[in-house]
Amino acid sequence: MIKIVELKKSFRNNQVLQGVDLEIQEGESMVVIGGSGSGKSVLIKHIIGILRPDTGRIYVAGEDITQLNEQDLNSVRKKFGMLFQAAALFDSLSVWENVGFGLKQHTGLSDQEIREKAREKLAMVGLYDVEDLRPSELSGGMQKRVGLARAIALEPQILLYDEPTTGLDPINADMINNLIIGMREKLNVTSVAITHDMVSAYKIADRIAMLYKGKILQVGTPREIQNTDNPFVRQFISGSAVGPITEDLEKELMERSAK
Amino acid sequence: MELKGQGAGYVTDLLEVLGDWIMEGIEEIGKVILLFFKALVWAFQPPFFLRNTIKQMLEVGVHSIPVVLITATFTGMVLALQTHTGFQRFNAESLVGTVVALSMTRELGPVLTGLIVAGRAGSAMAAELGTMRVTEQIDALYTLATNPIKYLVVPRLIAGLVMLPVMTVLSDIVGIYGGLFVSVTILDANRTVYLRRTWDYLTFNDIYSGLLKAAVFGLIISLIGCYKGFYTQGGAEGVGKATTGSVVISSMLILISDYFLTAILF
Repeated sequence: MIKIVELKKSFRNNQVLQGVDLEIQEGESMVVIGGSGSGKSVLIKHIIGILRPDTGRIYVAGEDITQLNEQDLNSVRKKFGMLFQAAALFDSLSVWENVGFGLKQHTGLSDQEIREKAREKLAMVGLYDVEDLRPSELSGGMQKRVGLARAIALEPQILLYDEPTTGLDPINADMINNLIIGMREKLNVTSVAITHDMVSAYKIADRIAMLYKGKILQVGTPREIQNTDNPFVRQFISGSAVGPITEDLEKELMERSAK
Repeated sequence: MELKGQGAGYVTDLLEVLGDWIMEGIEEIGKVILLFFKALVWAFQPPFFLRNTIKQMLEVGVHSIPVVLITATFTGMVLALQTHTGFQRFNAESLVGTVVALSMTRELGPVLTGLIVAGRAGSAMAAELGTMRVTEQIDALYTLATNPIKYLVVPRLIAGLVMLPVMTVLSDIVGIYGGLFVSVTILDANRTVYLRRTWDYLTFNDIYSGLLKAAVFGLIISLIGCYKGFYTQGGAEGVGKATTGSVVISSMLILISDYFLTAILF
């Protein structure tokens, strides 16, 4: 469904992605793990064409999206839904207008019909009677649910999740995990999530890919990842402060202060 | 030898910093122009976000009317006072109305309106778009297959372009009447003579050159406000910087372009 080939991207002098290769099958749930600053967010923004790569290819359903202009990219984007880390709801619009935003732009539905659809989608994420509230009146967990409702409103084939559980308490985080699993079962979507929350990764992933220093270190099922031989992956999943990642980081800091 | 080497080091450092500034400046100008052309292309492609455009027109125009009217009225009034003081010295008091009218329509109407709207609406654009950028709302628009330049920038550019001339007409009128009020009530001028002197020497050219300026200023305010907001980086601090930057830059550009427009137009 999605194939990423030799993806490279740098910002000013900082090479964030240094040749990422990753293939995501149709219907699969792929979770990309990695530390802060490893380039996870940059990667996911390339998949939906918000960022353009320096070099490399990204195929979505067989089509190379790195070669498309804005217009064509927009029609590809309709295949996607994305949940942002802090939900990124439009704060000038009410909840139902947020959920129905895509419908308003891309279908000829009346406001009444859009409202009805929005109510349906909100029910799917477990929210009732919030249509007329403003995003700022909702709690963080509820905002994420509204964000998810907005992401599924256009019935996408692919769902992207940017740190879906970050900033939530454990109970709310697990509810979001359940919703992500539920979305796959109900909507039959391919999903890509990026996270550093291993509990969430094990729970929602078919396969896990670890991104480190702009490259994919290892891809495997949650079981394979748990039994990894790779010392970097092992340090990350065990959440230890001691290991090769820390050593790398210290070396880097030394070099920087030497300059 | 060593001292000389150090001195050379400072010079190259200085040149490097200077070079960086110039490069950044050029890059920024390029990005502003690019944003303008992207907006221009999107502006002519359906769908048209009419509701957004009207909302921005209200924001730029209607909501700025009170402050624009007050400013223009008092400017007209003080112009009458000052001109009277000067013209009295060679018995030309009857021409106060002419000076007020020409100053307002050609110069002060558009410039003052521009500066006020830059402070009020331009800064609001930078703050709003900047907040949308740092909270990923702009990215969210992309994911909903809606181009943010078309959805956010184009309506604001149109609003600036259309509303500034409208507000300038208002400020011209109240400025002239402010001058009239002071002349008649305080300076004992004759109302009929004042108004005749105003209309006799005022040409269409004066008015429409002022309105043309206003349209350019409106475009500058919206473009800079949108640019600063759209490319905001660095959280809340970045939004603050973008907001301040938009007011400073668009105010300067208004005054600079004012000179060149005047020089070209007459």
